[in-house]
Amino acid sequence: MDYVIEMLHITKDFPGIRANDDVTLTLKRGEIHALLGENGAGKSTLMSVLFGMYAADKGVIKKNGQVISIHSPSGANSLGIGMVHQHFKLVHNFTVLENIVLGVETVSRGMLRMDEARAKVIELSKRYGMMVDPDAFISDITVGMQQRVEILKMLYRDNEILIFDEPTAVLTPQEITELMHIMKGLAAEGKSLLFITHKLNEIKEVADRCTVLRKGRCIGTVDVADTSKEAMSEMMVGRKVDFAVEKGPAKPGKAALLVQNLRVKGRNHSKPLVNNVSFTVRKGEIVCVAGVDGNGQSELVYALTGLMPIDGGRIFMGDSEITNASIRQRNDAGLSHIPEDRHKHGLVLEYMLAENLILKSYHKPAFQRHGLLRFDEMYKYADMLIEAFDIRSGQGSRTITASMSGGNQQKAIVAREINQRPEVLIAMQPTRGLDIGAIEYIHKQLIAARDDGKAVLLVSLELDEVMNVSDRILVMYEGEIVADVPAKETTVQELGLYMTGSRRSEVV
Amino acid sequence: MNRIKRFLAANATSSLIAIVVGLLFGLCILLLSNPAQALRGLGIIVSGGFNGGGKGIGQVLYYATPLIMTGLSVGFAFKTGLFNIGAPGQLMVGAFAAVYAGANLTFLPGWLLWFVALLIGMLAGGLWGAIPGLFKARLNVNEVIACIMCNYIGMYGVNYLIKNTNVYDSLKYQTINIGQAAIPKWGLDKVFYSMKGNFVDSASVNGGILIAIVLAVLMHFVLNKTKFGYEFKACGYNRNASRYAGINEGRSILLSMVIAGMLAGIGGGLMYLSPASGLHIRVEEILSPQGFNGIPVALLGLSSPIGVIFSGIFIAYISQGGYYLQRLNYMPEVIDIIIAAIIYFSAFSLLVRNVIAAVVKRRDIKRETANGREEETP
Repeated sequence: MDYVIEMLHITKDFPGIRANDDVTLTLKRGEIHALLGENGAGKSTLMSVLFGMYAADKGVIKKNGQVISIHSPSGANSLGIGMVHQHFKLVHNFTVLENIVLGVETVSRGMLRMDEARAKVIELSKRYGMMVDPDAFISDITVGMQQRVEILKMLYRDNEILIFDEPTAVLTPQEITELMHIMKGLAAEGKSLLFITHKLNEIKEVADRCTVLRKGRCIGTVDVADTSKEAMSEMMVGRKVDFAVEKGPAKPGKAALLVQNLRVKGRNHSKPLVNNVSFTVRKGEIVCVAGVDGNGQSELVYALTGLMPIDGGRIFMGDSEITNASIRQRNDAGLSHIPEDRHKHGLVLEYMLAENLILKSYHKPAFQRHGLLRFDEMYKYADMLIEAFDIRSGQGSRTITASMSGGNQQKAIVAREINQRPEVLIAMQPTRGLDIGAIEYIHKQLIAARDDGKAVLLVSLELDEVMNVSDRILVMYEGEIVADVPAKETTVQELGLYMTGSRRSEVV
Repeated sequence: MNRIKRFLAANATSSLIAIVVGLLFGLCILLLSNPAQALRGLGIIVSGGFNGGGKGIGQVLYYATPLIMTGLSVGFAFKTGLFNIGAPGQLMVGAFAAVYAGANLTFLPGWLLWFVALLIGMLAGGLWGAIPGLFKARLNVNEVIACIMCNYIGMYGVNYLIKNTNVYDSLKYQTINIGQAAIPKWGLDKVFYSMKGNFVDSASVNGGILIAIVLAVLMHFVLNKTKFGYEFKACGYNRNASRYAGINEGRSILLSMVIAGMLAGIGGGLMYLSPASGLHIRVEEILSPQGFNGIPVALLGLSSPIGVIFSGIFIAYISQGGYYLQRLNYMPEVIDIIIAAIIYFSAFSLLVRNVIAAVVKRRDIKRETANGREEETP
């Protein structure tokens, strides 16, 4: 068999955790091989072993049938293995060209020789259909473009084996389509691609074969063409998964969140980031804000939750105005917020899980008396939430949050925010970077909150999520709301038109 | 038990290793400047306060008092994410206020006078800490810059005030005696003394060391057990998440600087509320070294209030060893360099801690391999 890379019986342990347990993965020349698994299934660990960041405790790696040992990323590079990390490793105030040659610069007599590098980069970008401006600064180009730079970096180093670590997590739908196209082109040119993901649609679209990991073990390798999405997700999660979220019709009640003519200006006072936005979220409904990333959704959420000052307009919760209320006052009035960035806003990573679970309620009598924290109550409450929301961690409520997996960190935030018994729940990208099992779970929680009579405002960039979960859809484009439609009466295509600004309806 | 073990493994060991590295470096300097006496010299440094018998130990505790206070001040601010480099200024302002009160509130009975004077010193130090705190909270001015400015303003301001108030002893360029407001000895001088023939040579140690230790325990309690501590630490670790949680970030910054200033101010009071034979504030253009040494004390103590007690005493102990090093033929400047080198190497304990953590982690991995469990990856 013509295998470029064989990883045989790889085992890798971390304190308290076996991340990879006798995993075998084989990669053929010119194929796109997907690595599928939930968060914490061991995908990233396996790839880090291949890329030389961790040494495997057991098992061998072969390249073209020869046993090789890889001790560092640069060692992997010299063996022709390259990797695009989920968080790009680029120097922001360098140009595209400088980033591509960084580390392998051609030098003569102490001076950089950029002309040859430039020619090679231009040649590569033409050949693979990835147009980039070599002289643009990284800080000025979009995330999708930055990813192309990462891919070009691998190609510039003549890598044959390309690892993509969740490459679509940060991209817009259009950029994902382009990336899929690029990946197919690379495979056609004889490169071998390893594609880490937990999105089944993408696997179906580009991958030839797929290896599924679950809890560190290899469940199996299948041919994508012969395997249904349902079968793959069952392999991944270990049980059947509902793709369509089950939910009854909404029974909207009184208005719970009322926004009138909200305006937020940009920092450099160019154009408003949120421009004259008005909408209502009623009790017992999920209203979704759809849109391409960067059209003012983040600023809208920050303005509603008090994290960003507003320049005009009014916000009401129920009958009371919260336009000028402090963050604490809003929280205590029943506004819950699942933030976009769980590490920046959602958690104090150095704190224990239990301390993070009371991050918004530590000042309430349940957790403090006369200024002293009630640790017994805190641990009891944390254990209750851990049990109810199935938050998994090494040392239970005493686990340092930074050591937990992303999915479980997110579960902790969701548990904290939903268990506050909020009147209004604002969820910004609550399922970003999560696996199918966790997404299904969070969607169920959102719907349960709705059925419990809460008003839910969901901001999402994933159209599947928008269509599945919401009762009503608002589309934001350049800071304005350009559509307000019931979810049942619209299609993805129609939303796409609104999202790109090609169409707008008159909304209040 | 396990917790104590882990604490020792991660914290105390790292500080000890840093100290050993510092001592070895000190030995190198000793070897360079006077090879013949180097080993004896190192012996004197290591035996520190013990060189002077009971009195030596008492002197160590006496010099440790302001160090513990400024260490607490810097360490507390560290925990809340602020670098309080303003301890020298806060200490001097607190010291002046305490001395001024001690000299002028003489209508108070002796047992109350020192206490009131100390409280006034504390308030003055807190006020001095509030200035960079306010700038940081309101205008996001870097606290390091504001603190440095306040150090100089404090130092020159105190010099000016001493010269223009009734606490100036113009013959000696220092403050007058305020023996009536001295911190009581609480019997410590009966514990720490040496006999010189028939003459009892008592150490300068006073109740200040007990006050400092009580305050350290109190700060430990505030940081780890109270709502305020929870807020302060949250702000220190992740400012954005604290804001998100509804914590009033500005208030936490201001309060934290005020508390840090108060601790340094008390340090100043404890230092200069002394009998006629003790320390007086001199009119000099020097930023208080006790204030600056709060930084290595806090680093060596890993910013933990309990750790600061030990690191404060250690640094006083080593300095005392340097004092006795004069018995050998070492230049005073060389002694200063050696002591400073040991102190600053000691402050590398954080670095050492990271190294230890990496080693322990690697060992844990090996052990866990034997009984692998099914959990999520970190």
